Amino acid sequence: MTAVLPTTVSGTAPAPKRGLRLTPAALIWPAMIYLIATTQVPFFMTVYYSFFRYNLVIPGARPFIGLENYRNLLTDPQNLHILWNTIVLAGGTLILTLIIGGALAMLLNRDFPGRTLLRTLLISSFLVMPIVTAVVWKNMLMNPVFGFFSWVVTQFGGQPVDWLAQYPMASVIAMITWEWTPFAMLILLTGLQSLPDDQLEAARLDGASPIQEFQHIVLPHWMQAIQVVVLMETIALLQVYGEIYGSTSGGPGIATTNLPYFIYQKAFAEYNIGLASAAGVLTVILTNVLAVYLLRLISRTRSSQGG
Amino acid sequence: MTVVPTRTGTVSDRYRVRNAVLTVITYVIALAFLFPLVWMILAAFKTEAQAFQVPPVFAFTPTLENFQNALPTYFHALRNSLVAAIGSTLFAFILGLPAAFALAVYPTQRAQGVLTWMLSTKFMPAVGVIVPLFLLFRNLHLLDTLPGLILMYTTMNLPLVVWMMHSYMTEIPYAIYEAAKVDGASVAQEFFGIALPLSMPGVAATALLCLIFAWNEVFFALNLTNSEAAPLSVFIGQFKTSEGLFWAKMSAAATLTVLPVLIFGWVAQRQLVRGLSFGAVK
Repeated sequence: MTAVLPTTVSGTAPAPKRGLRLTPAALIWPAMIYLIATTQVPFFMTVYYSFFRYNLVIPGARPFIGLENYRNLLTDPQNLHILWNTIVLAGGTLILTLIIGGALAMLLNRDFPGRTLLRTLLISSFLVMPIVTAVVWKNMLMNPVFGFFSWVVTQFGGQPVDWLAQYPMASVIAMITWEWTPFAMLILLTGLQSLPDDQLEAARLDGASPIQEFQHIVLPHWMQAIQVVVLMETIALLQVYGEIYGSTSGGPGIATTNLPYFIYQKAFAEYNIGLASAAGVLTVILTNVLAVYLLRLISRTRSSQGG
Repeated sequence: MTVVPTRTGTVSDRYRVRNAVLTVITYVIALAFLFPLVWMILAAFKTEAQAFQVPPVFAFTPTLENFQNALPTYFHALRNSLVAAIGSTLFAFILGLPAAFALAVYPTQRAQGVLTWMLSTKFMPAVGVIVPLFLLFRNLHLLDTLPGLILMYTTMNLPLVVWMMHSYMTEIPYAIYEAAKVDGASVAQEFFGIALPLSMPGVAATALLCLIFAWNEVFFALNLTNSEAAPLSVFIGQFKTSEGLFWAKMSAAATLTVLPVLIFGWVAQRQLVRGLSFGAVK
């Protein structure tokens, strides 16, 4: 009997019409319930906690204080600096990865020996675990005495530099740019490769200069890929954590503390659950405002391009 | 390999020189980019003294001593990373595949909304949920356990599975499903007989991405595990203080940690684009 049936069907024994009927909803809901339970429910609990003075060191006492945590967060100049750090870190890295990744994409969008191998190798730094990146950069490259960068600087007659102490934010941005450039490159390269050759041909025949060519043909076609990079990186870079944990621990002082690292410190070093929750809510709001705005931008451009 | 020589007639020497210069520039930038990684891997084969040496040593007799030193502590973390990555990938597929199938084969008006909503859970920063999850895990005794870690990594990968598998499954010609329906196939038969086998390449690509993301995850690992269930990201994090640090040993451990992901990523590089951009750029 089973030998006659196709092998893939033989496993589903019960008659299809009787018993448990699989409806689309029954197939979709398990995934939805799981995501609701692990993302939406905890988020609303975070919102709830953010209205209380709640410290794990003082259990029992958990007075409702309304928006006090938010007021503390937003009025302390130190916290505003952390918010600013978050934006500088994400924005700075985003701009650098777009420029370097875009340049690399254009360089790789030509035919030359070893092109495929180079593209494959170039995605490596994106695949390296963030904490490995941080630990290796901090110790082996940026170490003021034994680090490779200091050696390079002294070769050119300079003084050894304690990168993470003297230029903490720039160093962290450099590190994270190294990590995220392959992402930008990969997406932008794919975008470039979908550009029809005949358009460029036509432009060249019409005597367009390389700059005109880039401005009027490559760039408009590239917009979608650029927007995807901007959206995905914005979401990811606002959440940078492992790199900071592994390199500067937010220091010196609060020079490289961003919101995620700040929340980690408040929640897991000071056990200040109320304040950490309020900061978590702010991070979610910041991320979503930016993401929704960027998504709108993308869908608008796409619809104006006619699909 | 073969170019489309659209400009064969006009290829001048100037063009060729320009092209060669650009190629050299590309190689130089690529080498600069790969340097930190190469440097790390080189250090893994040096002695501790050589790893610290100024000026840096480039030529040396490679030693495997560091790997031997790193291995005993590495294995425990490796096991945790493997269990967490594979477990969460399996779990994400068990939950995500049926959903992707239903959204692809029975597209309703709400399907797009469901998909967008699933993507939007990716906008949720981990810090927005970590506090209640930490307290919940503490009460349920899930802290520092692999099931706890698997739960969170499943959350992380589930939207990716649904999106990617949805996009692969919508590429299957609808006529095949219709033919099966005419033959009286049940939903399960459509799923196991058509959708799943025909989207196997997508399953492989998505699984690789899930494994990479779970393997590299840091935030949940650091905050929800301690020693017992600590995966490789936590293990490597212990090397962050430079006092009494063993660079060569650290490099060996780091090399062992990133190598599987590098190989996976190189293999799946084409699928990376689709997965990373949620199919927005193909």
